[in-house]
Amino acid sequence: MSIEVENLTYIYNPGSPFETKALEDVNVEIKSGEFVGLIGHTGSGKSTLVQHLNGLIKPTSGKIVVNGIDITDKTVKLSDIRRKVGLVFQYPEHQLFEETVYKDIAFGPQNLGLTETEIDERVREAMELVKLPFDELKDRSPFELSGGQKRRVAIAGVFAMKPEVLVLDEPTSGLDPRTRDEVLEEIKTLHDRYKNTVILVSHSMEDVAKLVERIIVMHNGKIIFQGTPRDVFKEVETLESIGLGVPQISYLIRALREKGINLKDDIFTVEEAKKEILKWIRSRKNV
Amino acid sequence: MFKDITIGQYYPTGSYVHELDPRTKILVTFALIAGLFIINTFVPYTYIVAFILGVVFISRIPLNFVLKGLKPLRVIIIFTFLINIFAGQGEAIWRIGPLSVTGEGIYKALFMAIRLILLVVGTSLLTLTTSPISLTDGIERLLNPLRKIGVPAHELAMMMTIALRFIPTLLEETDKIMKAQMARGADFESGNIISRAKGLVPLLVPLFISAFRRADELAMAMEARCYRGGEGRTKMKELKMDGRDTMALVTTALLLVVLIVHRTMV
Amino acid sequence: MPKMVDVQNIQFYYKSDGEDIMLALKDITIAVEPGEFIVIIGHNGSGKSTLAKHMNALLLPTKGDVFVKGFNTKDEANVWNIRQNAGMVFQNPDNQIVATIVEEDVAFGPENLGVPSAEIRGRVEEALDIVDMTEYRDKAPHLLSGGQKQRIAIAGIIAMRPNCIIFDEPTAMLDPSGRREVIRTIKKLNKEENITIVHITHFMEEAVNADRVIVMEDGQIVLEGTPKEVFSNVEQLKEFGLDVPQITDLTNELIKEGIDLPKDILTVDEMVMELCQLK
Repeated sequence: MSIEVENLTYIYNPGSPFETKALEDVNVEIKSGEFVGLIGHTGSGKSTLVQHLNGLIKPTSGKIVVNGIDITDKTVKLSDIRRKVGLVFQYPEHQLFEETVYKDIAFGPQNLGLTETEIDERVREAMELVKLPFDELKDRSPFELSGGQKRRVAIAGVFAMKPEVLVLDEPTSGLDPRTRDEVLEEIKTLHDRYKNTVILVSHSMEDVAKLVERIIVMHNGKIIFQGTPRDVFKEVETLESIGLGVPQISYLIRALREKGINLKDDIFTVEEAKKEILKWIRSRKNV
Repeated sequence: MFKDITIGQYYPTGSYVHELDPRTKILVTFALIAGLFIINTFVPYTYIVAFILGVVFISRIPLNFVLKGLKPLRVIIIFTFLINIFAGQGEAIWRIGPLSVTGEGIYKALFMAIRLILLVVGTSLLTLTTSPISLTDGIERLLNPLRKIGVPAHELAMMMTIALRFIPTLLEETDKIMKAQMARGADFESGNIISRAKGLVPLLVPLFISAFRRADELAMAMEARCYRGGEGRTKMKELKMDGRDTMALVTTALLLVVLIVHRTMV
Repeated sequence: MPKMVDVQNIQFYYKSDGEDIMLALKDITIAVEPGEFIVIIGHNGSGKSTLAKHMNALLLPTKGDVFVKGFNTKDEANVWNIRQNAGMVFQNPDNQIVATIVEEDVAFGPENLGVPSAEIRGRVEEALDIVDMTEYRDKAPHLLSGGQKQRIAIAGIIAMRPNCIIFDEPTAMLDPSGRREVIRTIKKLNKEENITIVHITHFMEEAVNADRVIVMEDGQIVLEGTPKEVFSNVEQLKEFGLDVPQITDLTNELIKEGIDLPKDILTVDEMVMELCQLK
């Protein structure tokens, strides 16, 4: 399922003294089955943008076309769009409300009007995806679980709706490194298994770089550049100037290049850096 | 969605009225309310209107901003007007079914509607010119003498401060949870009253849980900052009444006297 | 001079469901010297926040004793003295700001201590200046960014003139720029204001500038030493589920390939220098 955003502008509190332009003339296209990262610091407009994608926010001007249908058209039923575009909010565990893990995950599928057997299947599948043991946890209250488990229950609640487009807004914020890596891995598994479109919103460059095919960088309500992680991380200065971190390795490679050492300029992982540096050291020894 | 509520929003201009001691402003507001209930004819309204307009002028708050505060209450004002217009005794001027409008009814309806409008405008001037925090301070100081008879002045003020501090946070949170549940297919907008009320569960449960979590964390943070009730506490901003407060209070007292005199004379 | 914080063989049990007893801390001993900058690292559930709350008498040990500047936290008469000396900044910036105006919030602590009005004003100004938030003094806290709110919370503690501040995961909920602001502020407090810092986090890179790093796992101290000493245990840290700075990871990988590098490289600059000196 593809998404096209055309000339999207959104203004908060128009006409009041608090008027702010959250999005300004945003144009972006996301292809069916693509895994993209949307990056920007707080206030860059990234959360506002993704809330447009399933009609939670209506644009001030511009179009959002989901699978050929302009969802800003008044005749479009938003409930149809919402079942196709799933959205996991930041700190999603704050939305848990049911007595049991099972019921909470089943909330979305129920709203889709599925039968009991279908719902049961989906809950099992979603729990399996986020690695929560079904029999052990299904009747537990979600509120007595650990932070990482709560986060997973909440994410499973959206997975269970099997959205064709899945948007995750900062799914790892506040998690410790171990849980963060596990959750990212689970998102990757989902993408690999269902080939659905995934949009990962984050301010962590390192998280996103490992996973996505394309990075879209936002700043002050605009998309300032996009490309493969490789291309994007070359822009160390720009990224820094808009308050985004760059992997430590990118800094190292840049510093080494400044010293006149001839290394490829598009390296951002430890493994690649290791290969390149070894190559350089060994080539020097041979001289 | 909650952002268009403007009654009582603090509107800082740094004017003479803003700089008055909050206690003065609270007392003036009470005097004004009392005044509105003392009078029984239209003529003294002009004094009160003049007084309010004077305060608005000195406070440098745009008049239409002050009047905007009436908007959310228009239903109540119209309702009061309608109830009174049909409640009058005497000869009917006009009949609609079993209801009749009398001269007395019109008189009373107008009288009550104006009273309500002035009541709202007068009290909203207090909150428009006084920041929530100094308002709370003022209330605490005014209630302080009542502590001896068991009025928990400090605790009330602290509760008010915390409520004011967390209202925007909780509104934002409500909005967020609502959107998140809508993204999971929840419907807050259609259906009959019962299904709508049921539909609120996914909103209210997380909201309560979050409010309790916040309360818990805040209590701990306050304890860590050595909070132990009002005993032995000092204040950064000491309230001080000066000549300007005296002037404001004297003017108000004069207004009250005029209103009382007017009532006994007529 | 007494230790700033002296944790002596403490254990702590949580009671959950009335019956189950969870051992959250198992025999912990830490001594924090005045002026020291300590980072305690561990993933969620390692007991690090529980330990932090023992350092200003929000929790009391089941066994063992905690002393803050020589005062035992178990003695109720010391509680306020301890909390004034060892301030605490928490994780959620929203849930520790009490007042509706920035400067009123900073004044909250000194007001509780009964400091005279005129002096509070001075302390508030000074505290806001240290965290670089003077221009926001009249703002409502809910309009600030996460990093700014956290700096206000820090100012609120500084205004109490503590000798030591315990930071309980102050950066966990912040974005990268907010995190940088807070870390910069913490370093400044230690270097310029000479305040003892106990900083609890799960972000490894925040430990690089500490005097001492303590790694916790399952209610116990599993590693302790200077950042260089601790970070050179790359494999072990990964086992605990902690991030290792990329540079340290890379160094470790290169050493495995037989390149002659010191084990304790932490920063980009060190790495560049070492690589350029390779023969």
